[in-house]
Amino acid sequence: MSEKIIQMEKVNKWFGDFQVLKDIDLEVAPKQKIVVCGPSGSGKSTLIRCINRLEEHQKGKIVVDGIELTENTKDIEQIRAEVGMVFQQFNLFPHLSILDNCTLAPIWVKKIPKLKAEELAMKQLEQVKISDQAKKFPGQLSGGQQQRAALARALCMEPKIMLFDEPTSALDPEMIKEVLDAMVNLAKGGMTMIVVTHEMGFAKEVADEVIFMDEGMIVERAETKEFFANPKNDRTKLFLSQIL
Amino acid sequence: MIKNINFLRKPSREKFNLFFSIGIFLFSLGLIDVTLNSLFDVNITSFFPRVLNYFTPLIFGFLGLHYLRIEFSGNKMLDKLNTNINSNWFNSILTLLIIFVLIQNIPPLLNWLIIDANFVGTTKEDCTDSGACWIFIKIWFPRLMYGLYPNTELWRINTSFIMLITLVVALFYIPIKLKKYLIIFLIFVFPFIMFNLISGGNFGLEWIETTAWGGLSLTFIISIFALILCFPIGMFLALGRRSSAPVTRYSSIGFIEFWRGVPLITVLFMASVMFPMFLPDGVYMDKLFRVIIAITLFEAAYMAEVIRGGLQALPRGQYDAAKSLGMGYWRLHMLVILPQALKLVIPGIANTFLALVKDTPLILVVGLLELVGMIDMAKTNPDWLGFATEGYVFAGILFWIICYSMSRYSQRLEKKYKTDR
Ligand SMILES: Nc1ncnc2c1ncn2[C@@H]1O[C@H](COP(=O)(O)OP(=O)(O)O)[C@@H](O)[C@H]1O
Ligand SMILES: [Mg+2]
Repeated sequence: MSEKIIQMEKVNKWFGDFQVLKDIDLEVAPKQKIVVCGPSGSGKSTLIRCINRLEEHQKGKIVVDGIELTENTKDIEQIRAEVGMVFQQFNLFPHLSILDNCTLAPIWVKKIPKLKAEELAMKQLEQVKISDQAKKFPGQLSGGQQQRAALARALCMEPKIMLFDEPTSALDPEMIKEVLDAMVNLAKGGMTMIVVTHEMGFAKEVADEVIFMDEGMIVERAETKEFFANPKNDRTKLFLSQIL
Repeated sequence: MIKNINFLRKPSREKFNLFFSIGIFLFSLGLIDVTLNSLFDVNITSFFPRVLNYFTPLIFGFLGLHYLRIEFSGNKMLDKLNTNINSNWFNSILTLLIIFVLIQNIPPLLNWLIIDANFVGTTKEDCTDSGACWIFIKIWFPRLMYGLYPNTELWRINTSFIMLITLVVALFYIPIKLKKYLIIFLIFVFPFIMFNLISGGNFGLEWIETTAWGGLSLTFIISIFALILCFPIGMFLALGRRSSAPVTRYSSIGFIEFWRGVPLITVLFMASVMFPMFLPDGVYMDKLFRVIIAITLFEAAYMAEVIRGGLQALPRGQYDAAKSLGMGYWRLHMLVILPQALKLVIPGIANTFLALVKDTPLILVVGLLELVGMIDMAKTNPDWLGFATEGYVFAGILFWIICYSMSRYSQRLEKKYKTDR
């Protein structure tokens, strides 16, 4: 048990009367890569947003890196500093340059000296191949570049876990690859990753396990090869036949 | 040849010279007609029926502009004028009306303001010309600037304002590293220095009652203090109104709605008449202080709503991103949300600041006399009866200069912080 970095037990969540998550059980070991897929509105975003408490769950238990998520703000902030997240809409801070986007949290949250934070940020920006854009503002970059900058920004906090919420869905086709490449590199480096995506090629390449969600439930969870070769559930089969 | 030209059709560029001459001729005729009519009382078109000759300048001008509207004439000046002020018949009428109104009004105005105005002399009797009597302003100038502040102590006000201006100018030229400290000094330390210098009482300076303060310097003192104070208060009220804690939220809402619902005049009366009744015995708070606090709270309520507008314009993703990086409430707001929200509402903030400056004359009702108040006093002086117009025009011009500079400054800030999405 203790080697799991994320544990979710019987997690339930409602938006008003509408139940988004139903008895979710999920365990993730360190360095594991998990891809989450499923139809739109099935609760994928809500699931991973519960892991860093951008959404509150109402029933059940979530433990991340040994800390249980409760009302305690100190715990929440600590977990958020350890769990990075990349969003569908990039969500870069438009009033700051790319470099400042990357150094803001390290300087103010982790209290790293400015020069050191900038050094680290440049390293991360090089990793995602946009170090030459460091002085520009988000509005001046292409979608693909912005998303890679957002990835670098999250990595600058040196997180233990990375969450991705459809990182390529808002991108033009020709930019998807550059973002996926950066994610593949990250996976090879041994990061623990939970990725909501419909890029099945990416899933096949890096995922250890794939989860299929529908109507707020985890319908199927299997090792990647098994998932694509022998889907057990009918809904999974239908979904795969639609997107492959 | 003339027969081949259809006069109501579009003028063509082949006959450029002909159309151009006719156009210029008619247009000039219109201008001359208006000028003679309004400035020299001569009506060159009096042979037309009355109804018609009233509109002749407009008709001449309109036809003239019609013939001048030659597309792609090849003449750069003309093309530019055509696209900007004469692109169709509606715009040409607007252009004409504006020109005519200017011709009718500017010369008399200049006459009154400058040409026929009186500048030399020391008494009302020296104002012999028909224009404005600027001697009135000249004689009262020190009072309009400094109120009833003793003449021998004026250097104290002057020094404070020169220091203030020097510091603000320095702000633009010193290295960024020192800027932070200068701003802190300006906001938290300098007001006290300025206040002590002007009010005196310490350091061997003679104590001067705030009731003696007045004129334009009082306008500035009240505005500066209220501006500096109302901004942070408004910011916290705006955050409070969006807080998830009911106590904070409802007290912010209550506070904002209370101050927004009461006229400033009432607030000022309350500050000067009612407020002292609530103070414990023996505690005294200067009237000027009370008035500054009242204006500050009043404008802070408006500021809060302006800033809240900016906060609401930000997408949820910005909050998500900041939270996901581990920022708590204050870091999230100070580093991510407020910088963006404030940038969005610079025009609204400038608006509130301008309103504040223009509201200061209302302190008249509690017996404090800033610029407009001093003019009210001067115009009722038995030696200077009858010069209210000069006084108010002077005050109007000064207020306009102050407000216009603030407005320009806010536009500069807007451009500077435009990093754009
Ligand atoms: N803040 C919210 N308030 C109310 N309903 C929401 C909210 N966020 C999501 N939902 C609803 O919850 C369901 C699951 O949403 P989401 O987790 O975003 O699905 P997915 O990411 O799988 O498309 C959807 O039906 C959506 O309409
Ligand atoms: Mg989603």
